[in-house]
Amino acid sequence: MALLKSSKIISTVGLHPPLGVLSIRASSWWSEVQMGPPDPILGVSEAYKRDTNPKKINLGVGAYRDDQGKPYVLSCVRKAEAQIAAKKLDKEYLAIGGLGDFTKACAKLALGDDNEVIKSGRNITVQTISGTGSLRIGANFLSRFHTEARDVYLPKPSWGNHTPIFRDAGMQLKAYTYYDPKTCGFDFQGALNDISKIPEKSVIMLHACAHNPTGVDPRPEQWKEIADLVKKRNLLVFFDMAYQGFASGDIDRDAWAVRYFIEQGHNIVLSQSFAKNMGLYGERVGGFTVVCKDAEEAKRVESQLKILIRPIYSNPPMNGARIAATILNTPDLYKEWLGEVHGMANRIITMRELLVANLKKEGSTRNWKHVIDQIGMFCFTGLKPEQVERLTKEFSIYMTKDGRISMAGVTSGNVGYLAQGIHAVTK
Amino acid sequence: FVPGLFNVPQATPVAVFKLSNDFKEDANPKKVNLGVGAYRTDEGQPWVLPVVKKVEKIIVADNSLNHEYLAILGLPEFRSSASKIALGEDSPAIQENRVGAVQCLGGTGALKMGAEFLRRWYNGNDNTKTPVYVSAPTWENHNAVFANAGFEDVRPYKYWDAEKRGLDLDGFLGDLESAPKHSIFVLHACAHNPTGTDPTHVEWMQVAEVMKRRKLFVFFDSAYQGFASGCLDKDAWAVRYFVTQGFEMFCAQSFSKNFGLYNERVGNLTIVARDSDNLKRVLSQMEKIVRVTWSNPPSQGARLVAITLNTPELFAEWKDNVKTMADRVLLMRASLQAKLQALETPGTWDHITQQIGMFSFTGLNPKQVEYMIKERSIYLMASGRINMCGLTTKNIDYVAESIHETVVNVQ
Repeated sequence: MALLKSSKIISTVGLHPPLGVLSIRASSWWSEVQMGPPDPILGVSEAYKRDTNPKKINLGVGAYRDDQGKPYVLSCVRKAEAQIAAKKLDKEYLAIGGLGDFTKACAKLALGDDNEVIKSGRNITVQTISGTGSLRIGANFLSRFHTEARDVYLPKPSWGNHTPIFRDAGMQLKAYTYYDPKTCGFDFQGALNDISKIPEKSVIMLHACAHNPTGVDPRPEQWKEIADLVKKRNLLVFFDMAYQGFASGDIDRDAWAVRYFIEQGHNIVLSQSFAKNMGLYGERVGGFTVVCKDAEEAKRVESQLKILIRPIYSNPPMNGARIAATILNTPDLYKEWLGEVHGMANRIITMRELLVANLKKEGSTRNWKHVIDQIGMFCFTGLKPEQVERLTKEFSIYMTKDGRISMAGVTSGNVGYLAQGIHAVTK
Repeated sequence: FVPGLFNVPQATPVAVFKLSNDFKEDANPKKVNLGVGAYRTDEGQPWVLPVVKKVEKIIVADNSLNHEYLAILGLPEFRSSASKIALGEDSPAIQENRVGAVQCLGGTGALKMGAEFLRRWYNGNDNTKTPVYVSAPTWENHNAVFANAGFEDVRPYKYWDAEKRGLDLDGFLGDLESAPKHSIFVLHACAHNPTGTDPTHVEWMQVAEVMKRRKLFVFFDSAYQGFASGCLDKDAWAVRYFVTQGFEMFCAQSFSKNFGLYNERVGNLTIVARDSDNLKRVLSQMEKIVRVTWSNPPSQGARLVAITLNTPELFAEWKDNVKTMADRVLLMRASLQAKLQALETPGTWDHITQQIGMFSFTGLNPKQVEYMIKERSIYLMASGRINMCGLTTKNIDYVAESIHETVVNVQ
């Protein structure tokens, strides 16, 4: 280390800075800073970008693509943007909790227009920096106020970023059985067994629909049993709903579990994202909701959420929230949006069917039923890390190491090549 | 049966927002809001910069643009052009490839990212006990940003001399001399909030000398570049001077005020490192922190700023818009001071024109502030801070008379 530093001094002499500066140049505050590894999910896209193979496919990050493989800006979004531009609004700071028109509509979307929670004012919903920002505020809030327990139980597996978010907020991570690698489906009994052992008052994370990364969702009867067991165990429920509309194509169907739990008396906390279902990825639109016991508690919770938000970013960005609010609050835009979400979900379902058909055509004898059974943007292929690595190195097909592929990245143009690659590494 | 969050106490509201609320609810037609730090026109209205309107149209018309995720560290064209604004186009540090940046959510977000990074990586891996010094007084959120990032020891450094209504240089230098080595100092690049009192060039040089000798960390907060003098380069003098002195430093930049983009949350953490290798490793760790906070930053505002800064005619127009805002503030300062002198209001009022930027520390005490609010419906912070942008040619007489009446009647 010292030798390296001294050679740096010698090489800077030629740049003639004064001697006093040289001595301060001799070392860095950051010499001990290690190189951070690339992000396991976002790093995939970055590797894909560097690849020059014309046949390359990016099945990494969950961003929707149309059948030409292009990003899709929803028509209702463009219309909303035009409407907003015409209004010539100012750019004054939003309140810490965000745009009121957005937060109200956001809560209604998740809970249903007529939900008793909303009517009695016992929810507090704040605008957040998309799903990540929502989870982070939630994690900070639980860390500070849910002092009875430090443990957050995630399904095994869960979204890769859940663990670092909660850990950074000071919570401890544990897991409950969820995915069955033998069936590529839901290990219902395993989940119930594990949940029955979770210590009281712990936080349990549930994916509302379109589980990420597996695409495996409980059926309604199974949700009912889970809700019951969670009540018995006295657990605090944290729902992550990043794909409302994307699972079945139906907004209400996808929110069914969230609404059922609330109906059963669970006072949940909920994260929502509009990145995928409105295609507003880079605008960072999300919401965080706490269902409280009454309106008075909601007011107290709101005041504390503001205290948490202010030292992170003061108040949230306007643009995306304004677009989302316009869509949610304008009947014909809302209707158009529902149609477009349905369309996106349908294209994904079609791709699932096409992929399986192509795999059969390639001669694969493996059971690929799970590709069709799984729901939402992702498919847990069952591929092992070595197989994933081969797919990337030999075929320039990019996905996360756990074998998760974003079906949204599959097109009728590339599904054949994808099937070829998958068959080649699994036969 | 469900675990309830019954133990959540009601938090006290943030003062500056409560003030705005009270103003809104006041029925007095003569009311004046000298609270929140946002620019207002002479009609008392928010001002969307003409160049911003122009660029928004460009963005709307460009069908090649979409709403995809930005990279974790943000829009590259924004980051580099924003850093150039702070350090200068021809900054040797930039040419030496040792300047990097993280696009953040406003100036607050930039301070937050810098704070989180320092807590993890500055002087060993656990800087929870490393002292962080903020000026006395300072923007009220500075304390919370660093405390929430895990710093347990956030302390004031002497800055404002209430008696002489100016900089307490001896106190400032004294605190720099006595601070534990490696302490972190948050410096206001220009237009100090809330006092409007900046060190002179010579004073900055003295500060830099002590900081270099005592190995103190330089963390600039630059929220008003352009607003202080109307000239971007002039306002960046201190930041650039410290770079020439060889510091490794952070500069949290906000484009809320100088672009009027308050609600789009456009900020940039500029990082000046020893060399490109150190810079690379620093940025890789910044990514980790961003990922667990907001994953990636919002695109709209950054796009807007990037297009403006990277297009010569738009850049020129922006600088002009900034000067318009700064000039109006200077005019209001001069007017207020002249009127108070004409009224022969007791005390000296030179500080009004000597202070710089959006804010002025009037010197009014809490009792006098209360009187202003209750009896005159003129809303200002308990510290006596007024936002010059709240003054207009139509209300300045009323404000001057009110200050006069307050100072005469209330001690």
